[in-house]
Amino acid sequence: MAEATVMERMPASSKPVVASASAAAASGSRIGFEDVSVTYGSLTVLHSFTLTVNPGEIVALIGPSGSGKTTALRAVAGFVKPSSGRILIGDRDVTYLAPYDRKIGMVVQNYALFPHMRVDENVAFGLRAHGAAEDVIRKRVPECLAMVGMAAYGKRYPRELSGGQQQRVAIARALAPRPQVLLLDEPLSALDAQIRRSMLDELAKLHRDLPNLTVLYVTHDQTEALTLANHIGIMRDGRLQAFGGAQSLFRHPPNRFAAEFLGRANLLPASDLQPGEGDRAHVRFGGTVLSARNHHRLPKGSDCLVCVRPHDFRFTRTATEPNSIGGTVVSVQWQGDVHNITFEAGGQTVRMTSTPMASPPAIGEAIAVHFDPDEVTLVPEDARHG
Amino acid sequence: MAEAAIAGPAPRTAPQSLWVVPPLLVLAVLFLYPLALIARASLGEEAPSFAAFEQVLKSGQFIDGLYHTVVIAISATAGCLVLGFILALVIAFVPFPGARLASRLIDTVIALPTFLVTLAFTFIYGSAGIINETLMHVLGLELPPINFLYSQWGVILAEVTVYTPFVMRPLLATFSLIDQAQIEVASSLGARPARIVRRIILPAALPALVAGGSLCLLLTVNEFGIVLFIGAKDVITLPLLIYSKAIQEFDYTTACVIAVVNVVLSLGLYTLYRIVVAHFGGKSAGVV
Repeated sequence: MAEATVMERMPASSKPVVASASAAAASGSRIGFEDVSVTYGSLTVLHSFTLTVNPGEIVALIGPSGSGKTTALRAVAGFVKPSSGRILIGDRDVTYLAPYDRKIGMVVQNYALFPHMRVDENVAFGLRAHGAAEDVIRKRVPECLAMVGMAAYGKRYPRELSGGQQQRVAIARALAPRPQVLLLDEPLSALDAQIRRSMLDELAKLHRDLPNLTVLYVTHDQTEALTLANHIGIMRDGRLQAFGGAQSLFRHPPNRFAAEFLGRANLLPASDLQPGEGDRAHVRFGGTVLSARNHHRLPKGSDCLVCVRPHDFRFTRTATEPNSIGGTVVSVQWQGDVHNITFEAGGQTVRMTSTPMASPPAIGEAIAVHFDPDEVTLVPEDARHG
Repeated sequence: MAEAAIAGPAPRTAPQSLWVVPPLLVLAVLFLYPLALIARASLGEEAPSFAAFEQVLKSGQFIDGLYHTVVIAISATAGCLVLGFILALVIAFVPFPGARLASRLIDTVIALPTFLVTLAFTFIYGSAGIINETLMHVLGLELPPINFLYSQWGVILAEVTVYTPFVMRPLLATFSLIDQAQIEVASSLGARPARIVRRIILPAALPALVAGGSLCLLLTVNEFGIVLFIGAKDVITLPLLIYSKAIQEFDYTTACVIAVVNVVLSLGLYTLYRIVVAHFGGKSAGVV
């Protein structure tokens, strides 16, 4: 029951996922994992996985390779049979239902368009499989192609399209039968960076146009997850490590793994936690006392990590501000719109990002940085993997 | 180094086109010359004439042989295509223990001589075969109840058994190239297995089916061993007729006329096969 652990650790704002999205529950269907485990022989690839994607929500599952995120998606699609637990789409238990009876749409990384069919035939495939009338097909196919900006390409074959165009067709094909839920399995991974960014915008627009569509989005790219998802689940070793609202999870990661996987984070080992005003607490880092938000209500006197995102640091040459850390510059990189500075502080390598500086510090120079305590969170050490 | 590189290519001592001579020579000695001899013999022993052709082509024996050859070849090829497609489909897409072994066994069957399967058929379905012996013993019959082996159907069944792997091999190669994601996506779109086979797998397999089927047709048109071994009464095919005329009746002219017809039939089928393969390989490239 990894879920229980995760839920307990979850920040208050991210806990009521089920309740928060109930207003959007119009005609879309929820996806429910209830204690789902998937086993291949003696290898368990998904451990007691419990998660709800509410109607109209986009939930992104992210994690490294082998973390079980694709297995979870394939279990919803019906291509993986759980060894225990239940999978629900709407109120239907689909655990043992054949994929063709699940009323889902699916988009995969390599598009998987049918090469011998024209684009319009690809889009019509699902409608024909569901026995739609020809006049419905004639109306719906151009509609769906127009929705993804491919109205002019209906008579082409997939091999005549670029990768981005093929993926748009794949999305139109998945949406044509008006599925209850849409499963996206790393849909942008095969595209180059520039097309990926524009496709990301289009996916966001698509969901604005179809606000009732429930989407389970599997990716290893945190940018895609943060851009699109209402909620994010972070997975590792077949277990859900963290789950919460995208912003909340980014600002207040519940553990070390979540902090490191979702955006870059400096995790400074601190000790002797002392409660302060409100949800603030004071901790000792090296010889310095730092203040930060004790969002997860860590107990007094405990050891923890101060989670500071690189862009949360403010650069000063001398440690005059409160919440300051002094260090020695190790490297300075200019990347056009930002300066990345790495420095050693309290035996830790710390990274900060700054807007371009007119006179950046030199390597070996002593500097000081400080941060706003309300922007920084104390994170417990990961008990299992820490 | 530069000097070595410049000096590298050896000076040519003969025009490159001369390399075509050895294969042409082999082809001429082993194929074209005997073929020319047969063609010449089919035109009679003295002054060349088509009289023998007219006589043979109108004979009942030839028409019967041609009919059996065509019916057996088309039926066996159709059987090979249906059985080969189903078996390849099962091996490639239905996960079961031993699928890989089954795939390997197909190669073994291709390597076996054709008469071996016919011999096995005799042991199983023959008058004194296992099935007939058992049925006669159990049912108290005096005569064997199953007699299909010594008919046209026996020949077709044996040829289907022998030549089905020739269809399966290219099919399995094609199936291994079909993106599993296409099948999964089709299924997620609501397509049941029969629709997936019809709309996704079959179009992808068409070139392999055409290639395998054409090969089967060529082989079954010229099949001699199986027909001879089965020894079905009244089932005479063109190759068997050639054998019978040349070896048993010493009627070389008739044998050569039938041989020429058989060669024309084979070359016609081969041309058709090349046209079809070129169609799928050229204009519709990328179908699989």
